[in-house]
Amino acid sequence: MTTALDTGNTAWVLTSTGLVLFMTLPGLALFYGGLVRTKNVLSVLMQCFSIASVVTLLWVAVGYSLAFTPAENPSVNAVVGGLGKAFLANVPRGALTGSIPETVFAMFQLTFAIITPALIIGAFAERMRFGAMLLFMALWSLVVYVPVTHWMWGGGWLQRMGALDFAGGIVVHVTAGVAGLVTCLYVGERKGYPATPMPPHSLTLSVVGAGMLWVGWFGFNAGSALAANGAAGMTLTATQVSAASAASVWSFLEWQRHGRASVLGIITGAVAGLATITPASGYVGVGGAMAIGAVAAVVCFFSATTLKRRLGYDDSLDAFGVHGVGGILGSILTGVFASVTLGGTEQISIGRQVGVQLLACAATAAWSGGMTWVLMKIADVALGVRADEEQETIGLDLTNHEERGYDLT
Amino acid sequence: MKFVIAIVKPNRVDDVREALSAVGVRGMTVTDAKGYGRQKGHTEIYRGAEYKIDFTPKAKIEVAVDDAQLTLVLEAIRRSASTGKIGDGKIFVLELLETMRIRTGETGSDAL
Repeated sequence: MTTALDTGNTAWVLTSTGLVLFMTLPGLALFYGGLVRTKNVLSVLMQCFSIASVVTLLWVAVGYSLAFTPAENPSVNAVVGGLGKAFLANVPRGALTGSIPETVFAMFQLTFAIITPALIIGAFAERMRFGAMLLFMALWSLVVYVPVTHWMWGGGWLQRMGALDFAGGIVVHVTAGVAGLVTCLYVGERKGYPATPMPPHSLTLSVVGAGMLWVGWFGFNAGSALAANGAAGMTLTATQVSAASAASVWSFLEWQRHGRASVLGIITGAVAGLATITPASGYVGVGGAMAIGAVAAVVCFFSATTLKRRLGYDDSLDAFGVHGVGGILGSILTGVFASVTLGGTEQISIGRQVGVQLLACAATAAWSGGMTWVLMKIADVALGVRADEEQETIGLDLTNHEERGYDLT
Repeated sequence: MKFVIAIVKPNRVDDVREALSAVGVRGMTVTDAKGYGRQKGHTEIYRGAEYKIDFTPKAKIEVAVDDAQLTLVLEAIRRSASTGKIGDGKIFVLELLETMRIRTGETGSDAL
């Protein structure tokens, strides 16, 4: 598909690239940073920052090429791309992806490659050693994120099967969410969990971070249209409506159960609505977006509050409970609300499409879950993943970085 | 001399300070404290996880007084710190063996 460069489209995707990087730095970093205890705030900020740096280098070295360049052998190309654009070789200034420069496309996609591993941090926060974390994330980026991106967006088997994932429900949220669940099971619960109170040390930071995530998500979803057009406008609308719907419903549920609506609740609801609408955002109408947001709030509320407690795993900041569950839910609901009969854009049979979506989620979850376990094992053997008891008690900030987040004396 | 430790609600500290000044107390130490007595803590809920917060914020006021002042001081604190509700706090009185003003070396009542 060769067209001429469109400056409007290019300007919007450049802007979106900034918005999506802003979701990680500092949006997600602050959102997660506020949720941990005072002694671990820097460790979370550092994890986000270091992932952004290392993944960038890996992405330009081989990640982008393996995700988005076709492999010569078609059966290899079903699972992973080729190395023709390693180190962005063969990506001259004039190269286009659709109507935007390929460099812009590669950097836009990079910001997704950055936020996906960063999301996993929430699951093992407050107890994983820094070096092992970074080794695990580097490997995970190449072994899980890059191939799954190729399956879905780079011409791989999920794309050819007709799976729908507009902006990363499967590629981003299912991969990261399931990895979160596996990592938190691997490292084990925090010392004292769940008897010891571990309340967020600064919900103020979390609200600031959640606000940045919401705004940045316009780039994430509407930027994925790769054009400044009606599709981008509708995607942005669906994104906003779903976030608002989920935030409202979450508050209502809390009011029903606890008698008051909480700050942590409304921001968690908004993020759940954003994560869940992501795969559907470019395919649904306003009604579909409202419904998806409402269902997201109900299901994620259950998974982050009741399910986690009942099953006893320590997903510290609910990376699985909100992003994983929201991603799976949204990917399945995409098969429903993308249908033109429900105000969507796709001529699909809902029954068949839901089947395809389920298969795509299951395959992605299995790959991410299995590989996450293997890579954690490798990081564990090489460097040791779990902070020892003393480090955990004193906090990762002082023991892993020899710094403290606040000096209020 | 007596050493008086009063644990009071943080929002009563200014009133207690004024009441003590009015009965001739010229110095005191105030510390942010946490604790519980008959008034238990409170509950906080984060994503469905209920945390029982046992320790309630309090202020600890310490003053050293002459024996003769003690009754007035106790009454001043009690009146100014009382709201009539549970959690108003407690006053402890200890014997005070010696006092010294560091700058001059004065001791005893002269140093108060």
